[in-house]
Amino acid sequence: MTMTPVVEVKNLKTYFNTPEGLGRAVDNVSFSIERGRTLALVGESGCGKSVTALSIIQLIPRPQGFIAGGEVLLNGRDIIPLGEREKRKIRGNKISMIFQEPMTSLNPVLTIGSQITEAIKLHQGKSSSEARAKAVDMLEKVRLPEPGRMFHEYPHRLSGGMRQRVMIAIALSCRPDLLIADEPTTALDVTIQAEILNLIKELQREISTAVLLITHNLAVVYRNAENVGVMYGGKIVEMAGVKTLFRNPMHPYTLKLLRCVPGMEKRGRMLDTIPGTVPPPTEFPEGCRFSGRCHREMEGCGTIEPALSEKENGHAAACHLYDPEFMNKPLSRPLLALESARPAPVNVPHEKRTTILEVQDLKYYYPVKKGVFKKTSGYLKAVDGISLTIKKGSTLALVGESGCGKTTAGKAMIQLLKPTGGTVVFDGKEVTGMTPRGIKPYRSLMQIIFQDPYSSLNPRLMVGEIIEEGLKSLRPEMDGKARREKLSRILDMVGLTPDMMRRYPHEFSGGQRQRIGIARVLVVDPRFIVCDEATSALDVSVQAQILNLLKSIQRDFGLSFLFITHDLSRVEYIADEVAVMYGGKIVERGTVEEIFSSPKDPYTVKLLSAVPRIETV
Amino acid sequence: MLNYIIRRVLYAVPIIIGVNLLTTLLFFYVNTPDDMARKILGEKNVTPALVEGWKKEHGYDLPVFVNPAQNGIGKVTRTIFFSKSVPLAWLDFGKSDRNNIDIAYEIKDRMWPSLAVALPTFAIGILVNLTLAMGLAFVRGTYLDLWGVVVCVIMMSVSTLFYIIGGQYIFGKLLVLSPISGYDTGGYAAKFVILPVVVGVISSVGSGVRFYRTVYLEELGKDYIRTARAKGLSETAVLFRHGLKNAMIPVLTNVVVSIPFLFYGSLLMESFFSIPGLGSFTIDAINAQDFAIVRAMVYLGSILYIAGLILTDISYTLVDPRITLE
Repeated sequence: MTMTPVVEVKNLKTYFNTPEGLGRAVDNVSFSIERGRTLALVGESGCGKSVTALSIIQLIPRPQGFIAGGEVLLNGRDIIPLGEREKRKIRGNKISMIFQEPMTSLNPVLTIGSQITEAIKLHQGKSSSEARAKAVDMLEKVRLPEPGRMFHEYPHRLSGGMRQRVMIAIALSCRPDLLIADEPTTALDVTIQAEILNLIKELQREISTAVLLITHNLAVVYRNAENVGVMYGGKIVEMAGVKTLFRNPMHPYTLKLLRCVPGMEKRGRMLDTIPGTVPPPTEFPEGCRFSGRCHREMEGCGTIEPALSEKENGHAAACHLYDPEFMNKPLSRPLLALESARPAPVNVPHEKRTTILEVQDLKYYYPVKKGVFKKTSGYLKAVDGISLTIKKGSTLALVGESGCGKTTAGKAMIQLLKPTGGTVVFDGKEVTGMTPRGIKPYRSLMQIIFQDPYSSLNPRLMVGEIIEEGLKSLRPEMDGKARREKLSRILDMVGLTPDMMRRYPHEFSGGQRQRIGIARVLVVDPRFIVCDEATSALDVSVQAQILNLLKSIQRDFGLSFLFITHDLSRVEYIADEVAVMYGGKIVERGTVEEIFSSPKDPYTVKLLSAVPRIETV
Repeated sequence: MLNYIIRRVLYAVPIIIGVNLLTTLLFFYVNTPDDMARKILGEKNVTPALVEGWKKEHGYDLPVFVNPAQNGIGKVTRTIFFSKSVPLAWLDFGKSDRNNIDIAYEIKDRMWPSLAVALPTFAIGILVNLTLAMGLAFVRGTYLDLWGVVVCVIMMSVSTLFYIIGGQYIFGKLLVLSPISGYDTGGYAAKFVILPVVVGVISSVGSGVRFYRTVYLEELGKDYIRTARAKGLSETAVLFRHGLKNAMIPVLTNVVVSIPFLFYGSLLMESFFSIPGLGSFTIDAINAQDFAIVRAMVYLGSILYIAGLILTDISYTLVDPRITLE
């Protein structure tokens, strides 16, 4: 069955003028989507996925960004040369878009209703009352409770998931031919993610719209798309049907992406990683964009660009490996020896697993204040009596949705927050109720790595100062020379070079900053580390590097981790035991095998079933 | 909301007492009651008896903060600070030290000229600045925007005094479009008010436009603006319907707090344009070492400032649905 595609992108080139030079953010990208079908674009951040989307809806930030060539055909008509007035008639009407950040994508000072009716009135010429009826209807379609009341609500009263439903209602209110969903669930909890993706699918079927799904999550792609384009460095490097791609990935980048996703089957081994990070668009290599990071790189790869060509029924890849002509030339000599198998087991021997941290009935209540004199009228029970033990050299994962109290619990355990009740015993000593002076020696033993590597480092301090600060405060007996020696040893351990000490955090990539965060913690010789979503903000290949680093320092120093996360694939890979938290309480505890193979609590079951999985790999 | 306002008013009490304490402390650090008496009675032919008499008459014959001669509570109450401060609580400002004029009457009388200058300056100023700022935001990134900002920086670098004197020279002397200074009552006030208002607005343009433009551009970079564009809205709808109301939130912080101060007038403008308002009243009192007036005006100023802050908080709830006062 051949259908005319709703949207056809041909040789699209979107460039940016930057102070560093011309950035070829999207370079010669072609694809098409048929009515009712979904094409997913995957790749790490900085690969040009979002710029591709913005180019289609004609919202490239100007004047820096511009479309340098190519066509975007909507129902056979190229929309790039159209005037702004014509383009506005297409936006929100024929092509609409939902964004990654539901929390900030709605106007905070306008009601939900007025934000939906706006597009309806504009494009369908309906009267206010007709638009209102239509908007309430849309609110019902996206399954928001009490649509009539919701119409008059302001966005701040809604949770992230509900706001994303509103965004979907806005986007689909004019029954567009193409819906672009740019990381629609990345900022949401895993249970909400499943609901939102199902909702999009269902409404897509109803109005038979084409969907361009942009995501970095391969498992989301597997469940929700028919075709996949893998993007790297502003180009599509591989394009195939979803089943084909996951069964038989051809491009080395795709292969690596699939391999660095943590999961149960990779337990006990180091994760496969991609060295380095995606370069900025101004520094893309001359030849194959993946050269420099590729494990199959050949002599000619850095200079000769491979074309995206079809290898077998609809499966196309842009790699010289599949070009017989290229492979016969001397250019095809491999540059690097193929990577040998990764060093095997990293698990700590089980014999001396004594308890390092014992938490009994830990509580943390936030006071709720009311009235003229702000008297405490009640408490918000963020952590409501949790008990757990963590053994030396092992990892306990604390999982749950955002707002369930995971982070508060972690902070209360290491006494960053003073618990309202309960006890925490660290290495045989009760640390709850200690005086500030008494707790000081324990500050270096119990440390925390934060989620956001961008905002948790002081931008005004040099990296060396950031790392040294803890040492100065907690190890006053060390002199400057000893401190500097220690610093360079730790930097080396986390994969940074000593010359980086004199640089500022903004000069580093996300992965490097998280390494700095880890160095900052390691330098004071902790025994127990809380990793609070330590890899959540990172791309999957960088996440693999960081997870490997955490595993190896755990092995080398016999450290214990409390791994706070909402991503269960990380849990099954890295954790020994799991505690599932819901509403301030632990609903289920056990080893990874127990929890994942036979969950008992209904919430755990729900959480596990919501995780998208790739079954063919 | 009511709870919030009550709490804020209660917080204001220690602040106002503190301000009063500081005013008294500073004033009597520089002056003694004897200095005041001599200055007001005239430097020549003043006998100690006259000085003592003046002090007794005006209530300055007491120690400033602590009276060691008294017992118990009297140590504190029988002092200049206490006896002069307490009546302020019920807005009894008393009489001025120099001419025995009724300060409260004077304030009521001089409030109107101050308002006649300050209110139009304020309203027109906001309108002009906001319009120019939005204009620059509309052409953001172009040469027009760049030069607009350059002009703003130049204008804000020039002292207000220059605008005043320049305005008086050009409009008053060269073009003879308005009187150089002075004031008249009723409808005749208009021709005296125009020049100060124009000068006031022009001197605010530099910093005002630059500030509003920054606020506005920051708002235009937000995600919801992208959403609005993705709906297919026109640029004007995006700028006005979506951008403006959000940009108003930080603008309000800057603006509402100064509304009560419009009564207070501008010290600089009023003394240069000879406007008989509260601003020139204060300046004259400082020059004349009239503690009664200075104290009353500082007291009034702090009350107006606190009122401005409370008003700002209340105005937030009007434009931002996310904020409720508790």
